[in-house]
Amino acid sequence: MNYDAIVIGAGMSGLAAGIRLAMFDKKVVIIEKHSIPGGLNSYYQRRNFDKGGIRQFDVGLHALTNFIKKGEKGKPFNKLLKQLRLSYDDFKLCPQTHSEIHFPNVTLKFSNDFELLLSEVLEKFPSEKDAFISLVETVKNFNELDLTQGYSSSRSVLKQTLKDELLIEMILCPLLIYGSAWEEDMDFAQFVIMFKSIYFEGFSRPEGGVRTILSLMIKKLEEVGAELRFKTAVSEILTNDAGTAIGVIAGGETLMSPVILSSIGYPETVRLTKALETKISPAVGKMTFLESLFVYDKKIPLTQNESTIIFYNNAPTYEYKPAKNFYDSRSAVVCFPDHYEPKVTEGEGMARITFMANYDQWKDLSRDAYEAKKDEVSKAAQNLLKKLAPAFDGKLLFQDIFSPTTIQHYTWHLNGTVYGSTDKTRDGRTPVKNLFIIGTDQGFLGIVGAMLSGISMANLHGLMGADS
Amino acid sequence: MTAHNVRQIVIDIIADIAPDEDVTTINDAQSLREQLDLDSMDFLDIVMELRKRHKVEVPQEDYPKLATLASCVSYLSPKFA
Repeated sequence: MNYDAIVIGAGMSGLAAGIRLAMFDKKVVIIEKHSIPGGLNSYYQRRNFDKGGIRQFDVGLHALTNFIKKGEKGKPFNKLLKQLRLSYDDFKLCPQTHSEIHFPNVTLKFSNDFELLLSEVLEKFPSEKDAFISLVETVKNFNELDLTQGYSSSRSVLKQTLKDELLIEMILCPLLIYGSAWEEDMDFAQFVIMFKSIYFEGFSRPEGGVRTILSLMIKKLEEVGAELRFKTAVSEILTNDAGTAIGVIAGGETLMSPVILSSIGYPETVRLTKALETKISPAVGKMTFLESLFVYDKKIPLTQNESTIIFYNNAPTYEYKPAKNFYDSRSAVVCFPDHYEPKVTEGEGMARITFMANYDQWKDLSRDAYEAKKDEVSKAAQNLLKKLAPAFDGKLLFQDIFSPTTIQHYTWHLNGTVYGSTDKTRDGRTPVKNLFIIGTDQGFLGIVGAMLSGISMANLHGLMGADS
Repeated sequence: MTAHNVRQIVIDIIADIAPDEDVTTINDAQSLREQLDLDSMDFLDIVMELRKRHKVEVPQEDYPKLATLASCVSYLSPKFA
């Protein structure tokens, strides 16, 4: 079979790329190993034994970043809507109440109105007023979409402006854990993307969760006529004698195409491409996580507020790196999917608690040891919840934990890494001509970022200058 | 094809790309970018839609000629002739 473009992976970036290419009459196939779409932002269901129904869970999505109100203009979310010809209303966005960065002696609240974070910083770090305002200006004026930016350390940029180490840690904490492939630091261009998408724009959740986004994308793909193959693995990316990519072997079948967009990760792509293996070896990222999901018989009220997401840290300094001992319960992201507007006060309550983890330790556990370790994690997560909601007496109806090995099993990301390689390829190019990287390892982050990555790489390498 | 028709073709494309924009009040002499929420990605789409719907090619070096509605009409009209 011959195609104008082959997209590997039906995650957010692959689906968006497929839509763009097929919209302009390219013959496109998206090849997905899993039986459902979404990649790192997918879903699953479990039978609900006490009620006989089925409970549905999201994987990945705690929050959709880059929130805009209807009618707001010029933001990344508008670009996405226009490029994919989707309407704002289709996403049914439910905004967050507010979230918080919760450290031992200080808490900073932020919401979809940047003024809240600004006033919190000015109140709690008064001596940093001018420095913080100057940092905000630097972020505003930085062109994070320039694909030629090299790596620069966010910490060193922050230290040039801010004096208070604690403020630096607190500002970095949500941005690191929501997107950094690097340990303890992140590329400044990525810091700016995250700062804008989380602090300037904010969080929301589509009603119905990640399925709402995925079903919009799948419907659009059908409209524009792209082919989508599930349960099909790409076993090799083929190159010719000149070292140019010419096709793939997928599910045993040879598919030819002059453009191949791979969303499966940079190191993962190299492994499938003999012509690349001798040339480069992008690092496999080390950041991976454990998530505990708890369903209770009633909603979970918090003592002081109704934060949507709590970025919790109880360690003397915030450590963003693989856990020393399986998981690190001193810090966590706690997400309450019920705390989006409009809030529902009746019915089951849910909490999702994410700890940093260590793939190498989890992968070597025997089955029994693995289950025992998961029980330990569950207790640690429930203890944290107890600390945040001491008066809560709900009955636990259901729990599930996914580990770095679960992530590896369902996403095929080496080492169960969530934010990909530390070697990004900002313009998507690889040393093999006609083979391009999209998604996390191209370097745009989160769901909105991944979709914009697929869109911009499809535009750049599949549509611009391409023959009609 | 008249200048009026060409103008309408461009407006129809803009309306599809940016459904939230009011295309009835566009000032023909003023830059489209200044009046509407359009960026370089949207201009690429105008070019792609012209190719898809009308088989009209706009090479990349000519993109600046699409800056205003008036310049679109004068640049595109010969291509529709």
